[in-house]
Amino acid sequence: MRADLEIIQQWIKPGHHVLDLGCGDGTLLDFLQRERGASGYGLEINPAYITHCMSRGVSVIEQNLDTQGLANFDDNSFDVVLMTQALQAVRRPDKVLDEMLRLGNEGIVTFPNFAHWRLRWGLALSGRMPESEALPYKWYNTPNIRLCTFQDFEALCRQKSIRITSRKVVDGQHQNSWVARLWPNLLGEIAIYRITKENSQ
Amino acid sequence: MPDPLPADSVGLVTPQTYHFDTPLELACGKVLNRYELVVETYGELNAGASNAILICHALSGHHHAAGYHSADERKAGWWDSCIGPGKPIDTRRFFVVSLNNLGGCHGSTGPSSTNPDTGSLYGPDFPVVTVTDWVNSQARLADKLGIECWAAVVGGSLGGMQALQWSLTYPERIRHAAVIASTPRLSAQNIAFNEVARQAITSDPEFHAGRYSDNFTLPRRGLMLARMVGHITYLSDASMGEKFGRELRETAYKFGYDAEFQVESYLRYQGERFSESFDANTYLLMTKALDYFDPAYEFGGDLAKALQGARCEFLVLSFSTDWRFAPERSEELVKAMIAARRKVSYAEIDAPWGHDGFLIPTPRYTDVFTAYMDRVAREVGA
Repeated sequence: MRADLEIIQQWIKPGHHVLDLGCGDGTLLDFLQRERGASGYGLEINPAYITHCMSRGVSVIEQNLDTQGLANFDDNSFDVVLMTQALQAVRRPDKVLDEMLRLGNEGIVTFPNFAHWRLRWGLALSGRMPESEALPYKWYNTPNIRLCTFQDFEALCRQKSIRITSRKVVDGQHQNSWVARLWPNLLGEIAIYRITKENSQ
Repeated sequence: MPDPLPADSVGLVTPQTYHFDTPLELACGKVLNRYELVVETYGELNAGASNAILICHALSGHHHAAGYHSADERKAGWWDSCIGPGKPIDTRRFFVVSLNNLGGCHGSTGPSSTNPDTGSLYGPDFPVVTVTDWVNSQARLADKLGIECWAAVVGGSLGGMQALQWSLTYPERIRHAAVIASTPRLSAQNIAFNEVARQAITSDPEFHAGRYSDNFTLPRRGLMLARMVGHITYLSDASMGEKFGRELRETAYKFGYDAEFQVESYLRYQGERFSESFDANTYLLMTKALDYFDPAYEFGGDLAKALQGARCEFLVLSFSTDWRFAPERSEELVKAMIAARRKVSYAEIDAPWGHDGFLIPTPRYTDVFTAYMDRVAREVGA
């Protein structure tokens, strides 16, 4: 299993009710259901992924975060709300974070770090928008419209009084490498943040 | 029947009649002492009876869901696009059961049948039946067929309501419910359309308060109008536009009231054909069953509370251009399922055909439906 998913699943307890925003082909939810005894739903807009989820028995709901929001879910109706590699693709990541912590006690977020040294280097040298394994698109066709750095994200959390309870930094292969931990904003490619409301335990 | 027969057709099928002698108490308080249901089945029931699928029909549907009754039959059963070898409901894996509901006019006991207690035609005296009554009668059919638990109950529109009601009335007898192009309750607009249809029928001078058979006549005009109104609501503006546009039957306007536009003559033709094959009292009864359906009613309007009792997994599908039961109605249902923590998968199929989209194969619809049913088959070992 991918190292980032491996890390996430350790934070899910048996019986946890989970919402996965942008659940893709349902790999994570399927794993959490089978191995961790979790229940829950995935939200997805890609038809091929939705079909894949249905085929493997993951409860998937076609819903567009940007246009439909999350109003169909009640406050505090989940233990954990997940969002892996989708924060950078929504129109208002700040509002999505608010919603995640409205629906769940805890949020888990992963996204690519735009301050990774290779991206900085690429932009500095070529003067063109950088591409990497974590961001394999051209500037004009990328679904990633809200790129940020680890520092940006953490600043937003501070501003919103969101508490970061854990942060694991992995590289493009989703390995939890020691170099990335050393200087995450420069050397880390993807971070896995565990967040909660400031006042919660 | 096309020659040669397509490989994905169930081929020639023969309906069967099942007799029931145990009195069935209906929601309206009346009792049917004896009744018959006409049923078609496709595929084979496996040794553990775990691979059975119940197909519930919509307003004007019946038991003939797939295949052909004879080599001369021009059109296949009403849901032939989804039932057959290699189709979403794969008859190589599933045992498929389809019936004509109580109150119907295609062989099951209904207004055009003889009341065995009196020896005369039921006509307008046939009791109003509800979706729950149908589900109860279907459970007895399942008993007769030796099916303790359906792998899935599947239906579109009014059929989807039956699938939903199954999950609530017999939670232990259904593993999956596929609720397609349906709604948890009719809107005022939906009921309004039904009322126009009923008024068209009951105000036809040939209706005779439902005793048209005793008067050797038929309320053809009324039934035709009812069907025309219904038909408009089943299609989308775009699909009608594509099919007919403003095309005229002749080259110039005639400034009269004959059917000049192609769409007018199409609707008249559809309405007339329907009025010859469908019973007016059945149409009244079926539209009433639609109007009354509201599983949240007993729970103070709280659909999530109603769904707490369900145990099965749900597939909910809607169609983007369906304005009869728009995607928002399905989303309302899904929202309640989420609040009740039921397992549910939902997709909105982008298709131009309006409400009728559930009968017409489009690639995404076929993919999603096939993927879900394939998973059901694997789960029950089919």
